[in-house]
Amino acid sequence: MTDATMKKEQIKPGFLDKINAFRNRYSESTLLGILIVFVIFMSFASDRFLTLSNISNLLRSTSIVGVAAVGMTFVIISAGIDLSIGSVLGLSGVIAAMLMTSGVPIFLSILGAMVCGTVVGVIQGWVIHKGSVPPFIATLAGMMIIRGGVMLITGANMISGLPKSFRSFATAEFLGLPAVFFIWVAVLLLGAFIAKYTKFGRNVYAIGSNEEAARLSGINIQKNIVMVYGFCAFTASIAGVLFLIRLGNGLPSAGTGYEMDAVAAAVVGGASLMGAEGSILGTFLGAIIIAMIRNGGNLLGINSFILNIIVGSLIVVAVLLDQKSKKQGK
Amino acid sequence: MRNWTHEVVRMTDIHKSFGSVHALKGVKLQVHAGEVHALVGENGAGKSTLIKTLMGVHQKDQGEIYIEGKEVTVQDPIHAGNLGLGCVYQDVTIARHLTVGENFFLGKLPKKKGLVDWDTVYRETGKTLDGLNIQVNPRAVVKNLSVAQQEMVVIAKTVHQDCKLVVFDEPTALLANEEVDELFKIIDTLKNKGIAVIYISHRLEEIFQICDTITVFKDGAWVNTVETAATDEDQLIAMMVGRTIEDMYSIEHCEPGEVVLDVKGLTRKGAFENINLTLHKSEVLGMFGLVGSGRTEIMRAVFGADSYEEGTIELFGKEVKITSPRDAIRLGIGLLPEDRKEQGLSLATSVKENINLATYDRIMDRGLINLRKESAVAKKYVKDLLIKTPSIEQKVKNLSGGNQQKVVIGKWLNRDSRIFIFDEPTVGIDVGAKREIFRLFEKILEAGNSIVLISSYLPEAMGISDRLVVIHEGKKMDTLMRDEFEEERILRLASGIKSLVEE
Repeated sequence: MTDATMKKEQIKPGFLDKINAFRNRYSESTLLGILIVFVIFMSFASDRFLTLSNISNLLRSTSIVGVAAVGMTFVIISAGIDLSIGSVLGLSGVIAAMLMTSGVPIFLSILGAMVCGTVVGVIQGWVIHKGSVPPFIATLAGMMIIRGGVMLITGANMISGLPKSFRSFATAEFLGLPAVFFIWVAVLLLGAFIAKYTKFGRNVYAIGSNEEAARLSGINIQKNIVMVYGFCAFTASIAGVLFLIRLGNGLPSAGTGYEMDAVAAAVVGGASLMGAEGSILGTFLGAIIIAMIRNGGNLLGINSFILNIIVGSLIVVAVLLDQKSKKQGK
Repeated sequence: MRNWTHEVVRMTDIHKSFGSVHALKGVKLQVHAGEVHALVGENGAGKSTLIKTLMGVHQKDQGEIYIEGKEVTVQDPIHAGNLGLGCVYQDVTIARHLTVGENFFLGKLPKKKGLVDWDTVYRETGKTLDGLNIQVNPRAVVKNLSVAQQEMVVIAKTVHQDCKLVVFDEPTALLANEEVDELFKIIDTLKNKGIAVIYISHRLEEIFQICDTITVFKDGAWVNTVETAATDEDQLIAMMVGRTIEDMYSIEHCEPGEVVLDVKGLTRKGAFENINLTLHKSEVLGMFGLVGSGRTEIMRAVFGADSYEEGTIELFGKEVKITSPRDAIRLGIGLLPEDRKEQGLSLATSVKENINLATYDRIMDRGLINLRKESAVAKKYVKDLLIKTPSIEQKVKNLSGGNQQKVVIGKWLNRDSRIFIFDEPTVGIDVGAKREIFRLFEKILEAGNSIVLISSYLPEAMGISDRLVVIHEGKKMDTLMRDEFEEERILRLASGIKSLVEE
């Protein structure tokens, strides 16, 4: 093929490509539809729902787990799972708090916390690949070990006395929305960018689809697995710092149970635990939908136990719908 | 036509559409007790759809099905089983962690005092296996059996349920030659018991060996039903593809050039021993041997997918150390693995990503993937290799076997590989797609690149190779030049017999 014809094809994507791209985006547009319907319904059902303060609150509480869910999405796409992110979140928060209270500058303290968290993820990734330990087991062990470690170094005590300038970020706003939300958006954009434009992103999908085929195509499996768990722990560490900001104190039990909320967001957003399926946009919508159900339910005075049942059902329905559309696609 | 007395299944004027695709256009089929009836046609001709309609997996839109003269509507596969219809599917469907006996009685384990009656399970299973002369212990766990044994177990399980008709869908795709003979013995046993057999295979030689009657389908329509004795391979292929192919397995050969790959003394204990091979520029080196003889293992070691203990590998005149597929790929080797679904393709991702999988380094601008180049590369190979796909965004799992194989080839062409290792490239692929793949072989050779072809299918290995290495139990028996290719000689070597004198 000559260069001239190549160029022509680059500029003009085929009609079928467009249809297919739309179909690939279909599951996300369904989620967006559900979201819009829900927002409209809620704005009628409760006049407090569509207020700036409620939306701010909702975003503030969702952003932390939402940040961690970005890394989790990559792990799930690689056909893995990371149960340790709640503990990593706790670890990073506590380390940042301890560094700050011992006089280390804020920026360096945050950096130190993130490096620590990421290293923990890298180690887990290495154990998973090198030792062929199933991710579920390796990160379950990681979850316990890390949490135990956090409790040990803090004596299970809260760490208080953080610098005021650091704590003030908790209430900081930008364009009327909480600043923490913009950090979430930044992490989401980073994740979407990595998935689309980097070799690492493509490799994660390929490994999730078929690790042996990826290896025989020359992909360095170890490097990519280590990176994916490292990245997941990195986003969990960011979430840990955000949690610390929000609470104003270093809490050793911070992040307990967040791993499952992150998995729920990814799965509602279309990720498959079998690997190779999932997107950052989907995870974002999944997290928002779950948060809105909880928030809306609270406003309507629905018992929180019932809300748990509803969110649980939503996860099953999301997967069922996904399976059905896949079968129809065949 | 021979006079068959007892009709088992008759299907007339069957129509079936999936959306806008008219998959069956008024086809017919008639099978008798004790008859082995072949169903042939290219992929997409409608063979599988017809069988699925018979087995109740799909419902026909129009037409009649008669079982022993009575019209029936087959509701679902369980109903088909009750009617005495059984099907042995291409992919072995069996619970691998259970014993043979448990598999036989899956879902209907006999009970005694509320507990499973294991004695009956194993006794009955043993009886069925003996009845078909299958040497398998009913208490063996399935995963410990060989692929061939597993297939025998599946067949026995199907026959077990008072069968009138058994369908075999590509039963030999995973079997070695001597195992195929075993299968044929079982089919003979079924025939003698008065069971009707429908046999689907791409391997025409097998059809001529065991089938009484052949029905040809093309594009969802019935073409002809002929007695095997009254036709030949060329005629059959002509009916299947609508054009004549003088010889399926032949390609334009080039004049081989200098040595590009020189393997000396390659050894991994228990797998292969002291293997010496040379591959020349523009040459097809065939590797023939029975399944499990070590051919695949040798080439996987050369590719760095598995390790080797001793030996040296020289590439383009330089000694190289290959410890991973990454090394091999960097040095210009590409591998099309034996099992494209398990090893060759990333099925859940798109054609575009699969074609670029080994080459993302080359389409990066400042560390980022250039999406335009990515698409352009994929489109180029879809066009050049005639890959049939609605778009480059299509997930590979939705393509046919032949097109999937082309995607793997595209990946290595894209990587500018110089040496292509093809491990069973045409297994489960229809006649037309095979031809297209062999055309690609010609292009590879013309471009001055070389091919190692691993095949357990002798007509293919003999037809395509310039030289043929025969492997038996991890040892190289001999290298034959093209003018030395003789079926009997090759088979002898593959069975471990060096020469007539030794016998």
